[in-house]
Amino acid sequence: MAGYTPATSDDQAAMLAAIGVDSIDELFSQIPDGVKLGRPLDLEDGLSESEVYKRLADLASWNRHAEEMPSFLGAGMYDHYVPAIVDAITSRSEFLTPYTPYQPEVSQGGLQVMFEFQTAMSELTGLPVSNAGLYEGPSAAASAAYLALKATGRTGLVASRGLHPHSRETLATHAVGFGAQLTEVPLVDGLTESKALEAAIDENTAAVFLQNPNFLGSVEDIATLGEYATSKGALLIVQVDPITLSILKPPGECGADIAYGEGQPLGNRLDFGGPSFGFFCAKQEHIRRMPGRIAGETTDVDGRRGFVLALQTREQHIRREKATSNICTSQALNALGAMVHLSWLGKEGFVELGELLARRTDYARKTIAGLDGFELLHNAPVVREFAVRSDRPVEELLHMSSDPTEPAPYIPVYPLGRDYPEYEDSFLVAMTENRSVDDVHWLAHMLSHGQAGWDEHIHEHDDEGNPVETNGNVAEAADGAEVRQEAIR
Amino acid sequence: MSNAATLTETPQQADRAVTIYEKSVPGRRAVQLPPTGVEETPIDQLIPSHLLRETPAELPEVSEPDIIRHYNRISRRNFDLDTGFYPLGSCTMKYNPRLNERVAALPGHARLHPATNPADAQGALELMYLLQESLSEICGLPTVSLQPSAGSQGELAGLLLTRAYHKDKGRNPGKVLTPDTAHGTNPASVSMAGYEVVKIATNADGGVDMDDLRTKIDEDVACLMLTNPNTLGVFDENIAEMASLVHEIGGLLYYDGANLNAIMGQARPGDMGFDIVHVNLHKSFSQPHGGGGPGAGPIAVSDRVEPFIPKPQVILGKRSFVDGAWITTAVEGGAADGDLFFDLDYDRPKSIGRMRGFQGNFGVFVRSYAYILSLGGDGLSEASQLAVLNANYLKTRLSEGRAGKYLPVAFDRHCMHEFVISGAEMKKQLGIKTLDLAKRLLDFGFHPPTVYFPLLVEEAMMIEPVETEAKEHLDEFADAIEKILEEAESDPEIAQNAPYSTPVRRLDEVGATRRPVIRQL
Repeated sequence: MAGYTPATSDDQAAMLAAIGVDSIDELFSQIPDGVKLGRPLDLEDGLSESEVYKRLADLASWNRHAEEMPSFLGAGMYDHYVPAIVDAITSRSEFLTPYTPYQPEVSQGGLQVMFEFQTAMSELTGLPVSNAGLYEGPSAAASAAYLALKATGRTGLVASRGLHPHSRETLATHAVGFGAQLTEVPLVDGLTESKALEAAIDENTAAVFLQNPNFLGSVEDIATLGEYATSKGALLIVQVDPITLSILKPPGECGADIAYGEGQPLGNRLDFGGPSFGFFCAKQEHIRRMPGRIAGETTDVDGRRGFVLALQTREQHIRREKATSNICTSQALNALGAMVHLSWLGKEGFVELGELLARRTDYARKTIAGLDGFELLHNAPVVREFAVRSDRPVEELLHMSSDPTEPAPYIPVYPLGRDYPEYEDSFLVAMTENRSVDDVHWLAHMLSHGQAGWDEHIHEHDDEGNPVETNGNVAEAADGAEVRQEAIR
Repeated sequence: MSNAATLTETPQQADRAVTIYEKSVPGRRAVQLPPTGVEETPIDQLIPSHLLRETPAELPEVSEPDIIRHYNRISRRNFDLDTGFYPLGSCTMKYNPRLNERVAALPGHARLHPATNPADAQGALELMYLLQESLSEICGLPTVSLQPSAGSQGELAGLLLTRAYHKDKGRNPGKVLTPDTAHGTNPASVSMAGYEVVKIATNADGGVDMDDLRTKIDEDVACLMLTNPNTLGVFDENIAEMASLVHEIGGLLYYDGANLNAIMGQARPGDMGFDIVHVNLHKSFSQPHGGGGPGAGPIAVSDRVEPFIPKPQVILGKRSFVDGAWITTAVEGGAADGDLFFDLDYDRPKSIGRMRGFQGNFGVFVRSYAYILSLGGDGLSEASQLAVLNANYLKTRLSEGRAGKYLPVAFDRHCMHEFVISGAEMKKQLGIKTLDLAKRLLDFGFHPPTVYFPLLVEEAMMIEPVETEAKEHLDEFADAIEKILEEAESDPEIAQNAPYSTPVRRLDEVGATRRPVIRQL
């Protein structure tokens, strides 16, 4: 058992004597007998470090991760290359182990990172005010809605169906508490239907939510769509993929009041969905309604430059029930990862990355659209993700076996059916710089295999042109799954 | 600490803050991307030019060595838990085991996409299931949702559950009761859930004033939100009576788990009558605080609240293939015929829905589950015992000498894992405020306790020493307080102008809010 506790029995005896009690139990005497547990917790006994490591490594081995099979999964989180310096810097005790910077004199490192991060996010989004980070993307949508409802005094929220389904679901959950109503606007040919958007906005609309690129990967014309919102006095709120802001027009130049998004693609690993961070930028006029932490520059009593948490009077620890948000976490360590990654990419490298993605994605899109049994779901321009329709049902297509009940891995692309019944026959393919042209060919091969029903042997060729059977990993995975059943039992 | 009052600049102070942007040199770079591998089509042939950015975003132009040096240098301007005692009340600054970082970084965890088909993510789902089961046992409540990202999101989820619960019963009460000792997030979350906050007074023992509660409780009360032990470090002995009062009028009891570190294996919120509990994995379960996140705020709930929990929920079930699709039906205890399968259950018609994207902060779950495995049931129980022992010992040390004279303990009795002292006497007799004491502690190499909270104690200082600190560190802290009070007796200005040795000295926070400069460019 590793309790990480230094107190020896001598220490304990000395402390009890100083307190003037005979036992630790006496200190718990204020807990009434009726609510005392009175038995050990029904959990395993503690394990040694090596045993815990093995237990966790065993669990991890059952996960088919992006290092094991090329992953084309995206939908808001992407398998980008995270540079080694991100790990080196974020694992430093000085960044890893402090609390929130409540004592600025000894938190200058963290506060300065926040200030740098705010600068970078303002640059990316083209909006002058950034906070230091929120939990993650979809809940940042809820924060944006809360700001819009308070700022306008209205109660309607309008969201394009191109907005991430998790963001729309999170908005719907929060709208109940906020006393707001959420209306959705359909897509046509991969883009927000502008007539329907115009019709959905009225004098009670507090905010219009768009996403760029939208969930189907399409680049929307935010400036044009946004006019429907702003002309009726609603706030224009745009969810963005930060990586695509390397080449796309920033929301601040398209009339957006607020731009927010999921920060994971910047310097954060996938981690099965978190922790990551959300970013949140706005026009100057919204600065005193912002959610979350904001660092500001100031000076100390001797005139030295320094940083503090600014505008704290918005926050829960001072304003309590009148706070602009209940959030007191800025995902500081995750935002630091983003800032290191952005510095590593730099001004030129960031643009090069965006261009690389757009070009490789175009290649992948054409390659897969050219396969038998597939066509593009839409022809709108894309940056790094696109939607494909399949003749064969998606579950059968992706499950790498001719027997649907046989344990076998799935081709790692995102089926749209759960979130979009109208696109039940389609899936998303996402690209990162980690997905090479060879990986695209592998995906095309596997999709063709799937389209053919997995029962025909499709051969790849090795360097000398000899056929190579490539479904070996399928059989291997099937064996693994049986062993696993034993393990669960 | 040598001569504290010296105004000679330390080398670190002389090294003025410079941002990464200010280190930028045009043309410098760190990254080299892999070759594109396809035709270099002009971007405006792929995306119409009116949708493209005209000028690149201003990002730093720096080399990789520049980046490492910059962030290492500024990291040294932080105080951190690995370096020194950090007795921040209600924050549970316990040691962060490095094993947990190692297992969280395994590629099977770190590079697992959240939308991976459950069949290919059985290890991750099993880990989440096992953590749910462990937290359920620790909290004494049958069901756990891991989804909330932090304590405050757990609170909001809990209040939305409360709303859904009442609505399902055809009721629509409008008020939530919170004690005046509550964390600030409580009333903020109450407002965001569309409820009105009603404050309950504190009695002479530091617990809820039962008379005030009885006066304010009525059919319009949806919920009572409570921290027990509360922010004064006092376990409220009337909890059973409070629970029955609230349940009698059809309300729910919400437990703010910020102080769970006091009672693991000793008492369980579920057994006290609570319906909803949030657990801060970054407090009791050793997730590093990261300078302000990440954390996670799972919620444990009673059976009557279970139908409403966020979705998706991780379940262990029996899987069957019906009409071309897989269906997983939850099983109890893992015994069933057919293939056992960990799955994400979306089919929850009464669910409040999502609080966030995907399944929650999985990386935090890995660390906390590793921590639970390391300690085991006995270890968790002992952690709470030693946290309470440390708090009572430090409280004893601070009731001696000058601390005893100037810094009386608020609601003095045996405390749980933390306690609150008041600087009111110190302010009156010595002319130094709690803030001055806190700032002077920085010169002695300590992170100060939480200050000016809870609000009902004048000049409050809230101290939580945690179980991973050795007795000698508690002694050193008590000695430092004694010394600061002693020097204040002869010269209060020393504390009033502190700190002296930190990278910067007292900062102009008012100016930073009045004329906010929040970015560089």
